[in-house]
Amino acid sequence: MSRSPIIRLEGLEKTYDLGAIKVHALRGVSLDIQAGSYVAIMGPSGSGKSTMLNLLGCLDRPSGGRYFLGGEDVSQMDDDELSAVRGKRLGFIFQSYNLIDQLTVIENIHVPLFYQGRDINECYDHCVNLAKLVGLGNRLHHRPKELSGGQQQRVAIARSLVNDPLMILADEPTGNLDSATGTEILTLLDKLNGEGKTIVLVTHGEEVAERAHRVLHMKDGVIDHEIHQRTLQHVVEELEHDTVEEPPAP
Amino acid sequence: MINAPAILLTVHLGIKSLLLHKLRSALTMLGIIFGVCSVIAMLAIGEGGSYEAQQAIKKLGSNNIIIRSIKPSESNVVGSSGRSRISDYGLTYSDAGRLQATLVGAQHVLPMRIIRDSVRFNRFVVPSQIIGTHPTYASITGLEIFRGRFLTQNDETHIDNVCVMTVSLANQLFPFQDALDEEVRVGMDYYRVVGLVREKSSMDKRPGASAPDSGRALDNNLYIPLSCARSRFGEILFRRSAGSFEAERVQLHQITVQMTDTDAIEPAVPDIEAMLRKFHTRKDYEVIVPLQLLRQAEQTKRIFNVVLGSIAAISLLVGGIGIMNIMLATVTERTREIGVRRALGARKKDIITQFLVETVVLSLGGGLIGVAVGVLVPMIVSYFADMKTIITFSSLALAFGISGLTGIIFGIYPARRAANLSPIEALRHE
Repeated sequence: MSRSPIIRLEGLEKTYDLGAIKVHALRGVSLDIQAGSYVAIMGPSGSGKSTMLNLLGCLDRPSGGRYFLGGEDVSQMDDDELSAVRGKRLGFIFQSYNLIDQLTVIENIHVPLFYQGRDINECYDHCVNLAKLVGLGNRLHHRPKELSGGQQQRVAIARSLVNDPLMILADEPTGNLDSATGTEILTLLDKLNGEGKTIVLVTHGEEVAERAHRVLHMKDGVIDHEIHQRTLQHVVEELEHDTVEEPPAP
Repeated sequence: MINAPAILLTVHLGIKSLLLHKLRSALTMLGIIFGVCSVIAMLAIGEGGSYEAQQAIKKLGSNNIIIRSIKPSESNVVGSSGRSRISDYGLTYSDAGRLQATLVGAQHVLPMRIIRDSVRFNRFVVPSQIIGTHPTYASITGLEIFRGRFLTQNDETHIDNVCVMTVSLANQLFPFQDALDEEVRVGMDYYRVVGLVREKSSMDKRPGASAPDSGRALDNNLYIPLSCARSRFGEILFRRSAGSFEAERVQLHQITVQMTDTDAIEPAVPDIEAMLRKFHTRKDYEVIVPLQLLRQAEQTKRIFNVVLGSIAAISLLVGGIGIMNIMLATVTERTREIGVRRALGARKKDIITQFLVETVVLSLGGGLIGVAVGVLVPMIVSYFADMKTIITFSSLALAFGISGLTGIIFGIYPARRAANLSPIEALRHE
């Protein structure tokens, strides 16, 4: 018995109309992502992986095809509905952290909940717990400018968790970090995935992608091939659930 | 979703963002501060000026028509050399009589002779105005009887040498004793003091000419019966000036006509002028209607307010454009922040609210400081320029309200621009 996918793409297309020419950034991508999986998307620039990320992140609408997020068709939603979906169901981690400078660590973590109309006082403990989870329990009232890059990315991870999202989207999360700090961040992501979080990660780095269960290689707007990496943890998890998935044909 | 605490939080965030660029925010506010401050200051000065003018006119009595003798311009040309001459002009006793007899709606006709001379008591000499007039003077001009009595009809008919003086004159002539029943000397005659009065209004003051230094001398008034003024001083009044005599034959200096009510004033004015024209070959009189002056003053005030309003509008417009300029720059600078907020679930509405709140905080802050400075400026003007200023609450509310409105109007465009950025573009912005 297979778990129902939290993400299902059906022939997803995206065309940018630049007037004279039409750029087909995605040419019909179909994909299922199961809850709790760890997926990396790789590919050279121009392969459509940024477009993929934007669509997966509900930051943009596809030109064709359908996108189901948690069983809900989000491909034709209007701007406000997409905002609501982003705020409730998705967590974002960016390459350049993208914290808000004028806010403290705890306030930054709270931002997604603020846009759901939840006061910081009522969810203060929740935010503090997340800050502790990423190891910043003693930095609650610091400004982003007072933190190192790695610490800032930890705040961003805590922020991406605050709304208990269906999926965490990470765009080159280690791109601006040195390798040691990058490894720490990746270990943190591993840990989160171990706790059942679904993670979709876009990266150039092979060593970053190695940690994922599935690596999707994109080329010319389609998924060129897919590699399944069965980590030990993955095997244990599957055994626990007593379900062994047949990998789809690459 | 946007409830009261959320708005408070947004305001708090707005202030935080503004504090990130203190100098920039302060300079932006300066435009609004000057705008608001100038509105309040100008309104206060305008209000004060028109109040003074209106007070001066009201003193003349809104039910009154004042006819004054003026020296015709031709007589200035004749005999400008050192030799003495007599100029003969002005209102006559018969003018007063005719007005009393014929003018429709006239309640009282009050003739006056105004002679400048010194009043003496022992070794005290005080230059004063000797006003020869009728007993009705007190009621028409609203004199306040301080002690004793005013002139009576008896004094008038018996040509009694009695006088009533203002308290300020009495204080100078009798610094150490009671003035009542003492006799003061004017020219070669002695007058018994029968009463002391306080001037609420000065009949001789012209509207607007209310500088305090000229008012002091005018308050030294000595009232005597008109019959006395006629018989003791004669028809010809001498004035010595710089080695030459100036003599003038003036019967009456002023006639104040009190009308039964305000409506009777307008029709009476042409009648008075027609009558006077018949008996005066030259225009040696002027007719002053305080009510008309009052209306003119109100008209002037209205024009003044329109001018002030335009200036205020322009200065606030400039301030508003300044705010818009800065907010547009801020939007560009914070494009990435906008992208992040949008990615984290902010709707367009939320972004608009955020930037609008920042603009309004900026402009209301400027407005508040502007109000504070705007209250100070009229005080400084009053102190140094010796002008009356009146700060009305409505002008404060108006200026403050307009500053807030400026913030909203000039904040909408940058806020909408921020909200309409595509989240992807905004996130990619460096």
